Amino acid sequence: MAVNEIDVKYVAYLARIALTPAEEEKLGAQLGQVLGYIEKLKELDVTGIEPTAHAVPLVNVSRPDVIRPSLSHSEAMRNAPAQANGLFMVPKIVE
Amino acid sequence: MEYEAVIGLETHVQLKTKSKMWCGCANEFGAPPNTNVCPVCLGLPGVLPVPNEEALRLTALAGLLLQGDIPRFAKFDRKNYFYPDMPKNYQITQYDQPSTINGQVEFELDGRLTRVRLTRAHLEEDVGKNFHFDRSSGVDFNRAGVPLLEIVSEPDLTSADMAYAYLNALKDILIYGGISDCDMEKGMVRCDVNVSVRPKGQKELGQKIEIKNMNSFSGARKALEYEIPRQIEVLQKGGKLVQETRRWNDVAGITESMRTKEMAHDYRYFPEPDLLPMVPTDAWLAEVRQRVVELPLARKQRFMRQYQLPVADAETFVNDVPLGSYYESIVAQTKSPKSVANWVINNLRAKLTETQTTLADLKFPATAIPELVGLVESGQISSKTAQEVFAETFATGESPAQVVQKKGLLQVSDTGAIEKFCDEAIAANPKSVEDFRAGKGAALNFLKGQVMKLSKGKANPARAGEILEQKLKG
Repeated sequence: MAVNEIDVKYVAYLARIALTPAEEEKLGAQLGQVLGYIEKLKELDVTGIEPTAHAVPLVNVSRPDVIRPSLSHSEAMRNAPAQANGLFMVPKIVE
Repeated sequence: MEYEAVIGLETHVQLKTKSKMWCGCANEFGAPPNTNVCPVCLGLPGVLPVPNEEALRLTALAGLLLQGDIPRFAKFDRKNYFYPDMPKNYQITQYDQPSTINGQVEFELDGRLTRVRLTRAHLEEDVGKNFHFDRSSGVDFNRAGVPLLEIVSEPDLTSADMAYAYLNALKDILIYGGISDCDMEKGMVRCDVNVSVRPKGQKELGQKIEIKNMNSFSGARKALEYEIPRQIEVLQKGGKLVQETRRWNDVAGITESMRTKEMAHDYRYFPEPDLLPMVPTDAWLAEVRQRVVELPLARKQRFMRQYQLPVADAETFVNDVPLGSYYESIVAQTKSPKSVANWVINNLRAKLTETQTTLADLKFPATAIPELVGLVESGQISSKTAQEVFAETFATGESPAQVVQKKGLLQVSDTGAIEKFCDEAIAANPKSVEDFRAGKGAALNFLKGQVMKLSKGKANPARAGEILEQKLKG
């Protein structure tokens, strides 16, 4: 994908990042470079190769349905910028 | 112009597991906030989710009970969005290769067999729970990572009542299969409603409107009862509907716009790199298949056919599974399945409620109720005495025959003995005798009552009536 095809503003919106016009230009160019590497892969002939969801040749990895200890409440809340009533407090959620 | 509604439902149910989907935290409702949480379900960096085996089995079982197919390859994907109740900023779900596809839910609507096709039922994770305050919101992550099954219907539904019946039938099946407790009060079932209207006969669908996050079936029905006429009215007035998401305001009884298509999410699904694909083996599927149970509708139809029971009795045994199973375990011993059903539904159930006990606490043997029915039907005890016998049998565990013998309750059908009681009753109640002779039929019932009293309830009431009548008329 060429640089001018990337909607940098939209990608920034999806990622909830505010960018200055200068940053938009810089990051747009960098994203273009990254996608350029991917373009290179298109040169490979993949006829007859099944698309894969995973590179590791393993399937059916699971665990038994057993309860294990959770974190203590205080440990769980250690990263919370704000807390009240045992809850992680966040800016008011508006739907 | 006549319009018709086209409705599709996405129903989310929490699976009945002990632990969460990707970690060992308890899947438990009502714990203090943020106590069933760990680095995995809090979305902390560097953790690795591992799927819960039982959740995978319950998903496949749901697929089988809903008469769908279990693909031989399924995977998990990331659905990306930002919301405070989703700590990872993506939800693990199944996008293009879900664990079950197709299927159907059958139910009765206005007495007619109705069928709604399913698109898929896929496995995902629940999110945290939000609490709203004046200036801020709070999040409890106990629910985050609880296994959630999303069941997607085809747009086969055409009315609010049909949607309501479908949801209830679906819930019954999931409860029957032990897949989910479907407790609405605990938020175990939620649904999103997709509804559009179009002129009758038109092929193309109208603009689809989604009503999000309904947490009760009656709410979904009310929302549709409001939303369908609303859409028709817009069209009839020459207006245009735009694709949007609406919310049901239960207090106001209306749906309100939340967002239009312009603001639609772009979820950028991609395969979840932390989880490996699922390739169900024959042995694994066979193990799941062993847990398939008879569906509620099939059970109801079978009870009606096999035991000649009326709808109400069959439904009682469908709704109360243990009671129905108990009935089935004893019914083979009788020639009167309906009478046995009456005893189980009316008397046994009442006693269990009264004593706050369950079928597991029963003191009497499985033969007791058929035996009691036999005693009544052969005329050995009256149905009134049978109540007394049953109470004793229930309390002590003694068989009805033992109780009858011990208490001397055997009904007297012997003419000579009944005649003696009749003579006594006639002699003691000249007024009633006179009334009867004057044409008051009811007086006979009074005299019959006296005979029953004198015999301590043991006289065969039918015989007593016959003898009294003969004596008074003779």
